[in-house]
Amino acid sequence: MADSVGTPPTIRIRLFARYAELLGAEYLDMPAAGLSTTNDVLARIRALPGGAGVGESTLVAINLKQAAPGSPIRPGDEVALLPPLAGG
Amino acid sequence: MAFLTRDPVHLDALIARITGPDRGGVVTFLGLVRDHHEGRSVDGLEYSAYEPMAEAVCAELIAETESRWPVRAALSHRVGPLGIGEAAVAIAVAAPHRDEAFAACRHLIEELKRRVPIWKQESYSDGTRCWVDPTAGSTKPSDEERAGARPW
Repeated sequence: MADSVGTPPTIRIRLFARYAELLGAEYLDMPAAGLSTTNDVLARIRALPGGAGVGESTLVAINLKQAAPGSPIRPGDEVALLPPLAGG
Repeated sequence: MAFLTRDPVHLDALIARITGPDRGGVVTFLGLVRDHHEGRSVDGLEYSAYEPMAEAVCAELIAETESRWPVRAALSHRVGPLGIGEAAVAIAVAAPHRDEAFAACRHLIEELKRRVPIWKQESYSDGTRCWVDPTAGSTKPSDEERAGARPW
């Protein structure tokens, strides 16, 4: 994904349902530096105010696809943290 | 065809999309909003979704179901606020014979609960609200909640 000149590469972190309430945001754009796996994202989120309620084994998706814990991520990716699913 | 909708879901419309002269059996599932959850009185609820992913996963579920059984399948899931008794999810499966239709319909609802990123916030008669967590330690989980608790 092309970044405009001077814009540092970021990861967009999507938050839903209880996690969006805990963090007070539906998404956060974080500098990609230091975020190389979904576990790095989880650790960063869990360190934020309200973030401790996000489970360590939270389901994650990268660019709309379910991903295994610790999957690698790249600048420009959208990483979603999914609370326990409750559809149906 | 979108799988998520803010409007009421209708089985008739789903069935019309999947029936054909070679399909002699149709099985449907309708999931309705219950007025109670773990002993608490529920007034209503609100579904939210990671919509682009939910649409993609629903398409995947239909495709995998239609490749595993000789069926045509359709589903629809509500998002937004729902009242007691309203249909939250509707599934219809048509097959040459009933066995495949029953099996495929069961597969679809179980996999939908397990894999589609949708969340449900219940409102209780005492004015409180709660995000439903099927994986949380409930004293007596229902079969469907147990199914929802399986890891991906």
